[in-house]
Amino acid sequence: MNPLERYAPLVDDPEAFFTACDRSLPSVVRVNTAVTTAERVAAAFDEEGVRYEPVGWHDGLFRLPDGHPGRNWPHFHGWTHGQEEVSILPGLALDPQPGDRVWDACAAPGSKTTQIAAAMDDEGTIVANDANLGRLSALRHNTERLGITNVVVTNQDARNYSTKPLAFDEFDRALVDAPCSCEGTCRKNPDVLDEWTLEHVEAVAGIQKGILTRAVRMTKPGGTVVYSTCTFAPEENEAVLDHVLDQVDCEIVPCDLPVKAVPGVTEWDGETYDPSVELARRIYPHHNDTGGFFCAKLRVDDGEVGT
Amino acid sequence: MSERTNRGQRFDRLPATPAERTVAGRASRREVLDWWDERFGIPPVTFEGYTFWEKGAGKVWIFNGEAADPTSVEAIGMTFLRTRQEHWKPTMRAAQRFGRTATRNVIELDPEQAARFAAGEDQSMPGWDGDWGYLIVTHKLAGEQASLGVGLYLHGELRSVVPKGSREDLAVIDRD
Repeated sequence: MNPLERYAPLVDDPEAFFTACDRSLPSVVRVNTAVTTAERVAAAFDEEGVRYEPVGWHDGLFRLPDGHPGRNWPHFHGWTHGQEEVSILPGLALDPQPGDRVWDACAAPGSKTTQIAAAMDDEGTIVANDANLGRLSALRHNTERLGITNVVVTNQDARNYSTKPLAFDEFDRALVDAPCSCEGTCRKNPDVLDEWTLEHVEAVAGIQKGILTRAVRMTKPGGTVVYSTCTFAPEENEAVLDHVLDQVDCEIVPCDLPVKAVPGVTEWDGETYDPSVELARRIYPHHNDTGGFFCAKLRVDDGEVGT
Repeated sequence: MSERTNRGQRFDRLPATPAERTVAGRASRREVLDWWDERFGIPPVTFEGYTFWEKGAGKVWIFNGEAADPTSVEAIGMTFLRTRQEHWKPTMRAAQRFGRTATRNVIELDPEQAARFAAGEDQSMPGWDGDWGYLIVTHKLAGEQASLGVGLYLHGELRSVVPKGSREDLAVIDRD
């Protein structure tokens, strides 16, 4: 069975959803604003004769209709990074500022790490962690290629992360872009649907809960934690938020995204979730012609009401 | 207790000056700043706020964040400079990132030469009458000079030292 069929009751137009999931995605690059501007990248593409199209909802993204995002001069200079459009959303929700201390819990291969670093003007500290040592080389390659100097790379299990090697023990912001069943990436990697099992969904949900709990605990009161996945499975999305709301002092806050998105679901498969999970955002492929995505913004409680 | 020898698998901060050096052969911050200034005309103020660290024999990293005990982390910042050899060598990415303000030992390539350089090819450069050794290599892109990285000039030839994984066959930009 195609696992996407289980989501038909959640989407407004199942046929459009299935059709979009079958189409391949265009190549997209993000401008590395740590070292250059979108105007200069566009001018370089013009000189070189590389075709590109703007992405209406974000100035720093270009679609490359002829593909090959790594075979052009801006890429050689570290001015661009190939990154799927929806993948920039958690970084936008996180809204990191220069000088912040930011934890990127599951950072490899570093697309979001380097986006966050650029948003911080390469100032402050971003701690990019990944449990998988093999994947850290891709992260290292990308931070190096993009000229990022404010990153600390660590190799720990994020569920019981230790800040001992760091100069501080709490963060201003944290991103948990969690390992997941990746259904939303089916437009670039259809194999994820063949490999899908409910057992994997349930196992990975346990890991997600552990990482998000740790992220909230390590973020200072009033700080921001963003949780994101590239799956449609409520078990890995709203159910994880519901669990964490019970475990640690935090609340879900509105997450303004510059794309069409729909609220999180409060019921699934006989379970009901905290009503505030509606503030999370589901991004379906047929709404913006992108991959699928899930994104929620949490605020760590600081004892004050209504701030 | 300070270590007297360099340990390859951990990061250690460079001493501020040669007088404060406790590990034999380790470059000091002062020497690193002076080297970029003397070699490329990139003033020390450029690197204010950055710290320098050694990991691996002679490999110096540049870091712009906070790190108290970076002995058990995988990386801090980016690789910057290869020391502990007669001729120090900036990394390609450091030359791209910081090389654009260089005023000395900078060689500008025309579009064909730039494409050969990016592909990793060595090429004859009879017109160069500056220093031998590591040069910052630039070309014009989108209206300004952009640093391509580092080249090694010897005996009338510019060797591309672009690492294999970063080489690309790119279009020759048409300037006509």
